[in-house]
Formats: sequence, structure tokens, C-alpha cells
Amino acid sequence: MANLRAIRKRVSSVKSTQQITRAMKMVSAAKLRRAQDAINAARPYARKMREVVTAVAGRAGAEAHPLLTAREAKKLALLVVTSDRGLCGSFNSGLTRAVYRFLNEHRGEYEEITLFVIGRKGRDFFRRREIPIRKEYLGVLGSVSRQHAETLASDLVGGFLDGEFDEVQIAFNEFRSAISQVVRFEKMFPIALESSGETAGDEVDYLYEPSREEILATLLPKYVQTMILRVLLESVAGEHGARMTAMDSATNNSVDMIARLTLQMNRARQATITTELTEIVSGAEALKG
Amino acid sequence: MASTIRLELVTPERLVLSEEVDEVVAPGHEGEFGVLPGHTQFLATLNIGVMWYRKGSGINKLALGGGFAEVTHDRVVVMADTAERADEIDLERAQRARDRAEARLKELTMDDETHEKARAALNRALVRMAAGGGE
Repeated sequence: MANLRAIRKRVSSVKSTQQITRAMKMVSAAKLRRAQDAINAARPYARKMREVVTAVAGRAGAEAHPLLTAREAKKLALLVVTSDRGLCGSFNSGLTRAVYRFLNEHRGEYEEITLFVIGRKGRDFFRRREIPIRKEYLGVLGSVSRQHAETLASDLVGGFLDGEFDEVQIAFNEFRSAISQVVRFEKMFPIALESSGETAGDEVDYLYEPSREEILATLLPKYVQTMILRVLLESVAGEHGARMTAMDSATNNSVDMIARLTLQMNRARQATITTELTEIVSGAEALKG
Repeated sequence: MASTIRLELVTPERLVLSEEVDEVVAPGHEGEFGVLPGHTQFLATLNIGVMWYRKGSGINKLALGGGFAEVTHDRVVVMADTAERADEIDLERAQRARDRAEARLKELTMDDETHEKARAALNRALVRMAAGGGE
């Protein structure tokens, strides 16, 4: 039978762990709400941006700007969005594993796959496997801002325009709901145009100021930025959601564990009392005899 | 034809306003332009500058940090990098920013890398002051 004092100690340690997981869950829930608000607030801009880009690029045609022109995809750049912190269930491991598989499966298709990694967790994963990372971005996700999206966009767009890679994809956790995040690979650019309908129905072209080409040249990088910003925001929301769920089940587990330990503890106490009683009784019996 | 225009102003962080207005004037890249109902389809890049709109007889000013504007006959959509309504602008802060930028500009030469940045900062501060203080 386990020693009473050891069990007691164990219970108090589980209890303090439980306090931590419970607090983390609450913090994540609050952060999740804020992250969701940020996603919602960013939505109108992103939607307008997409509308305008589709309208303008549809009229201008794919040759109007390199970001619209599909090339033969020999070299791929992949942006992997993980988190800086752990304790969020399979949020990071699910994604890094999917990317790892992707790398193995598609190695033959591309001449080269360049990795850009956001988040400490992803960086550590690829470092351990000695997969070269072109550039890593740490501490971005604590406070996602437009500046971060801008740097990322200019790195990726710059490399693309210089011909370092022909296609850019992004791998991230899409935020479905607080309890569901889905690993997604999305092609960022060259920007694929929805060629159907929309533009053909529009009778008049815009007047442009300055020229259409100049507008496209500033509009498209902005569009890439908003796409990246959206992905970052979704990933942050997903991270908090995943952490909240993970911490919730950790708290539940600790409740179960405490119940089990308490039972054990009571049994042990009862057992000692019983032994003591037997000893006293048998001692008294012996004296009588 | 519609007698008002729908003005929507969005930034990457939020929807700043969405209102029926009578007239909009925005700082286009090639000069300020005004929009009245029934304007032709128009797409322009915007500079850092003051934008204002009129609703009845009331004029509201905003400080814009550059962006794009899409104009159709009954709608103006402004996609700005930053936008602040006049009542959100902290004038003292803008003044401090202006002083800082001016001081920095004095130290820098024209071909310094940060020169352009400092100039942009000065510009933004001036625009804020113009939008926030000029009632």
C-alpha cells in the first residue's frame, strides 16, 4: 500500500498543476475572443481588396504584372506558420508533420523548396531535422501587426520577382472554430484569377489615376499583405483555441486524477487505522491470556 | 440616380465608417479629387493627406495614411493604410511627432536611408494636425 504522505504530496502537486492549466485556459479564452474580434475587424478590408484586385486584374490580364503571371513552377517557397509557444495540443505538431510529409512527397516535383518559418515551434522542428530554413520570424505572433505582414510580404514578393522562386505557398492552421483548426496549404501567388463571369459582366472599365499598371504595382503587394495578415490572424486565433481546448482537457484530467488519488489516500488511511486497531486488540488479548 | 453616395472607409484593422454622404474629397496621388453622386467609375491611389466628406452641411475630416479609392456612380470605397477621424486625433501627440520628425530631418542628409522615413513621419504628423485641428 502506497505511503500516505507520498499520496498527499502528489495530490497537492496535481492541484497546483490544475490551477495553472485552469488559469491558462481562461487566459486563452480571453485571448481567443480578442483574436476573433481582430479577424472580424480585418474582414471588410480584405473583402474590398479582393473585389478590387479581381476587377482590375481581370481587365488588365495576366501579363499586366509579374505577380499575376503563372510561370513554370520549378522552385517553390513555402511559408509555414506555427506558434512561438507550446502547450496547445497538436496545433504545431499537426502542421509541422504535414509540412514534413509534403516536403518528402513533393521533393521530386520541384527543383528546390525554400522554407520560410514563422514561430519558434516550427523553427525548432526543422532545425532538429536539419532542414534548412531560409528565414525565420520569431515573436511575430504575440502582437500581429501590419508591419509584420509587410515585412513578410516584401520578403516573399521580392524573392518571387527576383526569380528565386516561381510559386509561393503558405501552410497554416485555418481557424474553423475554437475547437477545430485545420491544416491548410494555400497558394498565395502568382495570384490566380477567377477568370469567369464577374469581369465580363462589367460594362465599363475604370478611369485610373495614375495608370492601371502603376495602380496594379502598388495594389498587388498590398493584396499579398492582406492575405498574409489574414493568415497570421487566423493562426493566432487557432493557437489560442487549441490551447484553450488542450488546457480544458488537462484540467478535466487533473480533476479525475485528484479523485482517484483521494480515494487511494482514504484507503491507505483506513488501512493504517485497521492495522493499528488489530494490533491493539491482539495486544490486549495477549495480556488477558 | 442616387442623390447620395455610400462612403465606406476600411483599414486593415477595422471598418472606420460606412455612411450615406453628399460629397467626398480625397487626396489622390495626382491631386485632390472630389466625388459627387453619379461620378464615373474611377480607381485611384491615395497619398498621405486629409480627406473630408460632407453630409448635409456638416463637414467631417479624416487623416489618411495613403491607400486606394474605388469610385462608382453611387459608392466610394476607400481602402486606407491608416485612417483617423478628427475626433480620434491626439493633437498634442501629433505636434510632438512633428517636432521629433523635424529635429531628425535637420540631422540627416538627403541621401540618408532614414531620410525618407523621417519625411513620411513628418508628413503624417502634419496631416493629423490639419485634420484634427482645423475645425
